[in-house]
Amino acid sequence: MTEPMIDVRDLYKSFGGNQVLKGIDLQMMPGTTTVVLGGSGSGKTVLMKHIMGLFKPDQGEVIVDGENISVMDRQELARFRTRMGMVFQSAALFDSMTVRDNVAFALREHTKLSEEEIREKVKEKLAIVDLFGVEEKFPAELSGGMRKRVGLARAIIRDPKIVLYDEPTTGLDPLTTESVDDMIIGAREKLGVTSVVISHDIGSSFHIGDVVAMLHDGRIVEMGPPEKLRHTQEPHTKHFLATWFGRT
Amino acid sequence: MAEQPAARAPGVPAAWTKPLRAPLEVLGELSVFFGQAVVTILRPPYRIGLLFNQLEFMAYGSLFVVGLTGLFTGMVLALQFVYAFGLFNAQSLVGATVELGLARELAPIFTCIVIVARVGSAVATELGTMRVTEQIDALETMAVDPINYLIVPRIIAAALSAPVLTMLFNAIALTGAYGIAVLVKDLSPGTFLNRMQYLVEIHDLTNGLGKSAVIGFVVILIAAFRGYKAEGGARGVGIATTQAVVGGLVAIFAIDYIYTAITLSNPQPRGGLGG
Ligand SMILES: Nc1ncnc2c1ncn2[C@@H]1O[C@H](COP(=O)(O)OP(=O)(O)OP(=O)(O)O)[C@@H](O)[C@H]1O
Ligand SMILES: [Mg+2]
Repeated sequence: MTEPMIDVRDLYKSFGGNQVLKGIDLQMMPGTTTVVLGGSGSGKTVLMKHIMGLFKPDQGEVIVDGENISVMDRQELARFRTRMGMVFQSAALFDSMTVRDNVAFALREHTKLSEEEIREKVKEKLAIVDLFGVEEKFPAELSGGMRKRVGLARAIIRDPKIVLYDEPTTGLDPLTTESVDDMIIGAREKLGVTSVVISHDIGSSFHIGDVVAMLHDGRIVEMGPPEKLRHTQEPHTKHFLATWFGRT
Repeated sequence: MAEQPAARAPGVPAAWTKPLRAPLEVLGELSVFFGQAVVTILRPPYRIGLLFNQLEFMAYGSLFVVGLTGLFTGMVLALQFVYAFGLFNAQSLVGATVELGLARELAPIFTCIVIVARVGSAVATELGTMRVTEQIDALETMAVDPINYLIVPRIIAAALSAPVLTMLFNAIALTGAYGIAVLVKDLSPGTFLNRMQYLVEIHDLTNGLGKSAVIGFVVILIAAFRGYKAEGGARGVGIATTQAVVGGLVAIFAIDYIYTAITLSNPQPRGGLGG
């Protein structure tokens, strides 16, 4: 058995009196795509921010690539984060910078590559997400789907082992959704990364996920390959999925 | 059906104390933010390029509006003082009084009001937007400290820009006052300028400049704090901007009083009224 790439153990988190995560256990194997499904406000983003080390757990731990990130200080986390990339719900591109500067940001900050090498790398990563000749544009000049792609190019610029996606397809039309799904599948195939996708888009989840996990009321109530979940008897999952399969 | 008073959880203070607690909590958070920012100022990387961008925006970009407010301030002061000192035939004090008021009080305060309106609102809006669109989180996931990258260049630029703008305000206001007093109100240049040499001293100027640096730093720190902690979409950014401007204005007058009380408690010896 290989070690999991991401191992979330008995994770608890509350804000004020609001208990959001109530004992999450979740393992993700290297090179797989895990989709975490759940309703609005169920704590999906909070879970993802723990995996990224942006939040500290109240209890439990998060082991990523063999290291316990819950006990790391700022400096260690900064070093560690080069192994991870995150694609935000809103793409979160820096709107004062061109696409090139956005994608190159981490290289300029943390490496001493020449401008020539940086241009080359940016071009290469943009090609992976099927974008060509947009380097000089500003984020405001791009469509929503293109922005997500630039966000992914920026996340993979330093060849991370893990890419986290926060609701990559929410608010996109069906065609753009499909192209973002293809982008996620492509990134896994071309780069061999371990992907974690947060979503409440059931169609997308079943399409791209090797494993789908259902988050409800602060716990993972059901987890498995998409075919298994489709025939689940677990009531919350069944209810959640019925909104989709019930209609098709 | 009698209303049961809601049982209070132990340790949760009563609701009526909220108006008292809220400002204290904000002050507490602001102090923590201030501490973080100051520690970060000393820590590399030092972002000179970003500092110059901010200086260009805050200082260079404010020249026109500061100059214009300075001109009108000086002109109206001349009108008022020529009238007031005319009541007891002391027009020779107009120039000195205008300049004392400008240097010690009006130039730093009015300049900082302009900074709050023009720069503070922009800083809060920009950082607030970056917060709610997750750009600040994105910085952090790329292992860049947002305090170092976003906050430090802004507060340093503010502390440097405010005195420079104050000097400009002072110079233009004095020119405007001179113009009105001498050209419109027919004071002789000597009457306007003579007493100034004796009554206005260099520490009057430096006192005002020091005050403006402190206030400029604090009001932009407040604006940055409000933007940095914004939450809840466009509405949240709007609230942050309002709080930044209101908080900044209150801070100007509060710090003005404290700074003046401290520096005047140990006044510099001053020359006489002069000849
Ligand atoms: N920084 C925070 N401070 C306080 N409460 C928070 C914070 N972040 C999240 N929460 C709370 O945690 C709960 C879960 O939020 P989260 O953002 O994880 O939901 P989500 O599952 O991502 O929802 P959505 O699908 O709408 O994005 C919410 O009740 C929210 O109010
Ligand atoms: Mg979310």
